[in-house]
Amino acid sequence: MIDMTPNLVLVLVIGVLVGCGVYLLLERSLSRVIVGVALIGNGVNLLFLVAGGAAGGPPLIGSGPAEDMSDPLPQAMVLTAIVITLGMTAFVLAMAYRSWQLHGHDEVQDDLEDRRIAERAERGELDNRADDIGTSLAIEAAEARDETEEGPLLAGAHHEAQVNADDHEIKGRDR
Amino acid sequence: MTWLVPLPVVIPLIAAGLALAMSRRSRAQGIISVVALSLVLLTAVVLIFLTHHQGPQVVNIGGWGAPVGIALVADRLSALMLLISAIVILCVLLYSLAQGLADGNEGAPVAIYHPTYLVLAAGVANAFLSGDLFNLYVGFEILLAASFVLLTLGGTGERIRAGSIYVVVSLLSSILFLIAIALIYAATGTLNLAQLSERLGDVDPAMRLVLQVMLLMGFSIKAAVFPLSAWLPDSYPTAPAPVTAVFAGLLTKVGVYAIIRTQTLLFTDGRLNTLLMWAALLTMIVGIIGAVAQDDIKRLLSFTLVSHIGYMIFGISLASTTGLSASIFYVAHHITVQTALFLVAGLIERRGGTTSLERLGSLAKVAPALAVLFFVPAMNLAGVPPMSGFLGKTGLLQAGVELGTPLAYAAMGAGLLTSLLTLYAVVKAWNKAFWQDAPEPLPDTSIPRSMFGPAAVLASVGIAIAVIGGPLYAYTGAAARDLRLQSPYIDAVLVHGERGAGQSSDASGDDS
Repeated sequence: MIDMTPNLVLVLVIGVLVGCGVYLLLERSLSRVIVGVALIGNGVNLLFLVAGGAAGGPPLIGSGPAEDMSDPLPQAMVLTAIVITLGMTAFVLAMAYRSWQLHGHDEVQDDLEDRRIAERAERGELDNRADDIGTSLAIEAAEARDETEEGPLLAGAHHEAQVNADDHEIKGRDR
Repeated sequence: MTWLVPLPVVIPLIAAGLALAMSRRSRAQGIISVVALSLVLLTAVVLIFLTHHQGPQVVNIGGWGAPVGIALVADRLSALMLLISAIVILCVLLYSLAQGLADGNEGAPVAIYHPTYLVLAAGVANAFLSGDLFNLYVGFEILLAASFVLLTLGGTGERIRAGSIYVVVSLLSSILFLIAIALIYAATGTLNLAQLSERLGDVDPAMRLVLQVMLLMGFSIKAAVFPLSAWLPDSYPTAPAPVTAVFAGLLTKVGVYAIIRTQTLLFTDGRLNTLLMWAALLTMIVGIIGAVAQDDIKRLLSFTLVSHIGYMIFGISLASTTGLSASIFYVAHHITVQTALFLVAGLIERRGGTTSLERLGSLAKVAPALAVLFFVPAMNLAGVPPMSGFLGKTGLLQAGVELGTPLAYAAMGAGLLTSLLTLYAVVKAWNKAFWQDAPEPLPDTSIPRSMFGPAAVLASVGIAIAVIGGPLYAYTGAAARDLRLQSPYIDAVLVHGERGAGQSSDASGDDS
């Protein structure tokens, strides 16, 4: 029977590793995030060792009595987890490098589109195509008359300029 | 016939290797992918008949006995998920092949597209078939790693920006899941789902709650349930159209599947059902309000995706056979419809040069077929009566009335409101993109007919789900009964006396 009392040193090490990992994960820079993920990953691997109970003899049939052997299952899982973490870390590293190539830094950026939508809503321009034409008869009438006149309608010009401004804002979004 | 069970995982993985070896010859790659995924589809069809008539099919990998070795289990729920995902994956592959042919494969790094796509298919199948918590984690990691590559395909600035958020959030959810696995192993000494459902009952209730919350957190991030959903609308729309389509259809549903599995097999005391129902309510409302504000079709669809995850979570939180049945039906409906819509969004982008509703217009005049193709799945998503979305929502409402608590009624109200707002959002998009005049003349292009095909097939599968609604509801009902009973699953995995002498040490200490 394996001794299932957790090892205090291991538990403390897990706490420190995961704590530092969470702190680094909250940073914006991708390279710190990688270090954070690696720390947490190692902490979790140690957690698996604790979950397997105290260390015993090597789990090989014939090497000793079965009761004294370590539980081999958590070790197999830790091995798998290490390999997976390695692959993921390599990918994030590559991504951080690419980000540095493109932008000169590796910081995780905000969602530009969200901000753009919010700004447009503040300016009251969201849906102006649908709403202006659909809801206000006066505007509709004005636009209908303006088609025969020379020069663009003021509101229309404003709208077009706005669309162009937005195009400029999101340049590069549509590849 | 149990040898069929591992095939949906093994075939794509082998094909991925072959495709990688053929990286110089894109034609050969395409043939390999199509053949492999067609075989998977065939296997899924056979599996769904087998499991429906003979009960769950179990394979112990490498002949190791069930509780210690890795078991792959295909029960009714897994088989249905597998079939729907095989259809969707194959259709999206055909669409992307047609796109590649039309574009002459210039510029894009197609050499890695096919292998990665096949690995993604294998990961999804592995997650659906896994009868073991750690193998479920491995399945998640396989599909996540593949999705990272697909999302950042080409490495443009915008994709790297969106990809870094997606990658970090996904890594976080994986870590949560892994911690939960370690704790569960420490508490019970096993990770086999069937054995866990027998042993978790002996664990201290407070500890069990911690384990449940950890697992739900991990899965909810993947499924994009409301407080944990902010990453989705940001990262999905930047990927190429076929990639977004398959992500939107499948990846979130893998999370939903995992929630269904753990809620029915492992944690049946229902202490978090109220919390889940609140999450469902908020997911529906917050998601759809986000969708209404958007002026880009892809982002709009991403927000509707988030909001409709709420319906499935609502069905799960009811913890009744009818609720689960409706939830499973809704998953099947939503996978096909959401994927079809994203594929059509890709077609719109091709024809109109953009997906921004501010600049699209008059598409109904220049591409009437496209207008129909967008309209049908859009109405289906909103739940307009004769279609499958309506059937799914009706089932959920019936199950909600059966429960009859005030919160259930509130969630049902939210569901109806969401349905209405979905209709508003998609009709607004349809009006702007197809009906109104374009502010600037559209580019003079045409959509290759071969790209229409797969999108049309998926849209009609969405309709077909309504046509076979009766039998499908009977099937999902049977699946939900199996899930609630638990015994079909457990007995299939742990056949006492017949399997190998696999034994796991019980951490509680009465046998070792």
